Amino acid sequence: MTLDASITLQLGALDLDVELTVAPGELLALLGPNGAGKSTVLRALAGLVALDGGHIVTDGIVVDDPSADVFVEPEDRPIGMVFQDYLLFEHMSVLENVAYGLRARGTPRREARARAAEWLTRVGLGSYSSQRPRALSGGQAQRAALARALAASPRLLLLDEPLAALDVGTRATVRRDLRRHLDTFDGMRVLVTHDPVDAYALADRVAIIEAGRIVQAGTLAEVTAHPRSRYVSDLVGVNLITGTVHDGILTTPDGAIVVVADAEPGPTYAVIRPHSVTLTRTPPTGTSARNSWPGTITDIDRLGDRARIGIHAAIPLTAEITVAALHDLDLRPGDDIHATVKATDIEIAPA
Amino acid sequence: MRSARRLLVTGLVAFGLVAAGCADDDRPSSTASAAPEPAVDGDVTVFAASSLTDAFTELGEAFRAANPEAGVRFNFAASSELVTQISEGAPADVFASADLTTMTKFTDAGNDASEPVVFTTNRAEIIVGPGNPKGIAGIADLANDDLVVISCAPAVPCGQYARQVLDNAGVTVAFKSLEENARAVVSKVTLGEADAGIVYVTDVIGAGDAAEGVEIPADINVVAEYPIAVTRGAEDPQAAQAFIDFVDSADGRAILESYGFVSP
Amino acid sequence: MPAPALLLAAIAVAFFALPLIGLLWRAPWSSAWTYLTSDTATTALRLSLVCSLWATALSVVFGVPLAWLLARSGVPGRGVIRALCTLSMVLPPVVGGVALFFALGRRGLIGQYLDRWFDVTLPFTTTAVVIAQTFVAMPFLVITVEAALRQLDTRHEDASRTLGASRWYTFRRVTLPAIRPALVAGAVLSWARALGEFGATITFAGNFPGTTQTMPLAVYLSLESNPEEAIVLAIVLIVVSFAVLVGLRDRWFGQPGRLRPVAA
Repeated sequence: MTLDASITLQLGALDLDVELTVAPGELLALLGPNGAGKSTVLRALAGLVALDGGHIVTDGIVVDDPSADVFVEPEDRPIGMVFQDYLLFEHMSVLENVAYGLRARGTPRREARARAAEWLTRVGLGSYSSQRPRALSGGQAQRAALARALAASPRLLLLDEPLAALDVGTRATVRRDLRRHLDTFDGMRVLVTHDPVDAYALADRVAIIEAGRIVQAGTLAEVTAHPRSRYVSDLVGVNLITGTVHDGILTTPDGAIVVVADAEPGPTYAVIRPHSVTLTRTPPTGTSARNSWPGTITDIDRLGDRARIGIHAAIPLTAEITVAALHDLDLRPGDDIHATVKATDIEIAPA
Repeated sequence: MRSARRLLVTGLVAFGLVAAGCADDDRPSSTASAAPEPAVDGDVTVFAASSLTDAFTELGEAFRAANPEAGVRFNFAASSELVTQISEGAPADVFASADLTTMTKFTDAGNDASEPVVFTTNRAEIIVGPGNPKGIAGIADLANDDLVVISCAPAVPCGQYARQVLDNAGVTVAFKSLEENARAVVSKVTLGEADAGIVYVTDVIGAGDAAEGVEIPADINVVAEYPIAVTRGAEDPQAAQAFIDFVDSADGRAILESYGFVSP
Repeated sequence: MPAPALLLAAIAVAFFALPLIGLLWRAPWSSAWTYLTSDTATTALRLSLVCSLWATALSVVFGVPLAWLLARSGVPGRGVIRALCTLSMVLPPVVGGVALFFALGRRGLIGQYLDRWFDVTLPFTTTAVVIAQTFVAMPFLVITVEAALRQLDTRHEDASRTLGASRWYTFRRVTLPAIRPALVAGAVLSWARALGEFGATITFAGNFPGTTQTMPLAVYLSLESNPEEAIVLAIVLIVVSFAVLVGLRDRWFGQPGRLRPVAA
């Protein structure tokens, strides 16, 4: 009851080469920037696009294997898919939409409609069953699309940016509801999103995809603890620096110097947590910190008691200080500032 | 600006000359003779039955050869259609019909400016494919249901003649199609779509090697009389009459006979 | 609406209305009833309606797959195929009729085998009328449906397939309903074209009352002998067509601005 996929394909400018596995009952989130190839991965899993190489095996059945000349059409795969725009059928009622998958697979009309009605009640849309999809709000349409996909009892549920079409306000509530419904589904689930909060809220495991390749995979904790790319580190709000270490000094491609500790020579990732960055108005003197860069404040964000300060320096940095400190120093965007980081506060990982 | 004005003046003068010239022709002609006139110099528009197409085209060329200043234009169609066109105001100087009935309709409507003259006659004939593959010998054979036989529609003269022939012979034929003119009948027979049709002798001759004719005996055949007349709205009645005289002359008849018409 | 545009539109309306008003003005209202109830009129009308409906049905059954081929299949040479299949829109209908002869006539490319092996001849039959009408009418359907298929958002069809629907089920329940306005418009255009078809019909199918004499042929032929009857028959055809076109609700042609299904 697993998904085992090795996807190699080229679609236009996209060159995709990824490997995925999903365990039974697991929700894997595919996270990545736009254009990375996430939706294409889903379409390949669904059978809407064929592989050039590799294989896809669902529950031990090979559904796509170019080398063995095997390709199972989407309608014969045990899948259900929820699309970003929901793609409900406008000319049918909501009930008929949900019943569609059952009827397409041969279930008699009355039974299909009865089961569809159950599903609609389960997602809280029972009173909308005879309405047209255009009468539904964004969040309701999403639930209807989910019910439609689940009503046909798929083994593998694919969700393509299910919350992207919603405005920020409704997204949180809908996400919560989505989580509730997804938890009741015991099959495999693959969710594609560009919003890390979705991953935080819904996923068991995460795979980060950039430019057609998986750059990092693992549980959420693993990935955020050791971010491997700027994208991921931006995701979790850390400062990520790449460069080459030589004699305890990391030099970035831009030529900036960072003193680090316990680093092997060679290409290296370095992570500086925002809370490790100290800010002073004047250059620090007599400090044990080995790294200090002059810079300019670009922006200031307040989050509760904390403030995040964006700094333009030899290395772009985000610092996190208390709001009290912010007021004490009277910091404003455009001000000159010095950012200081201890070498021992910098986490190193070989690239 | 100056050259434009000059052009305008030249145009006006030319127009004046032409108008003056035309005005002269409104004099009623003082003589009406069958003897060759001095060369005609007007334009004649002739509406003639489609069965006259080839013969009249040659007649037109001969007329122009004899009268280099004259112009002749033709409009060929089924006689009945021509009458309709003329009644609706089409510019015809001469009308030649394939039957008397249509000419009578023409004159009854007051469209004639001269007494219709029968200038030639035609006969009906059965047309078949080259080699007469179905071995049709006469009218009686056309009654065979296995044959595809067509004729002109009753609304047009050649259709009327076909019916008369059948009446005379006492034969009933189940036509598969009623075409709008004899040419269409001929082309369907020559294309091999129809086994036989009833058209004019002139049509069979005109089809050349593409078709053969089966004669209809004189005792059941019809004589199609072709009358010709000047129309009331003729631009140049003198030239129109000159054309009619030419058609009716020895030269004209000779040309008609070469196409299979029979002089009355 | 801006005044100049309104004026142009008004002229366009007058352009279409005037000939019809002309017909009504000249119509012989006193004898209209006789002509209307005559055998000619009722037979021709019935034949016209039956044949045009058949032609429309055939146009839909064969035209929709063809439109799909042109819009979706990615087959090479689509441009050539499209040009070939819509050629009859620009061909003079008579030319189309002659071409059909050479393909399906007794001595035609395919027709000769039909005749020799199956004893089937097409010219001069009602089937030939339907064939001629379909030949000229189908392109209208193909063009409208192809355009609609191209503009369709195919993701709905993707969604359908992920739900377990076969291609045919998807076509039936998702694609067809989405292109319904175009399909209706195309079918109506085809029907109208088939109803009015003359040149190809009279050339290929011939003209015989009850078998191949459709309304347009009846009008044309009665124009030869009895223009009054022709006017009445023409008005009948116009009234029938008008009634159907007016009876088609706007709604069936789709709301303006909604060419494809919009996601909720």
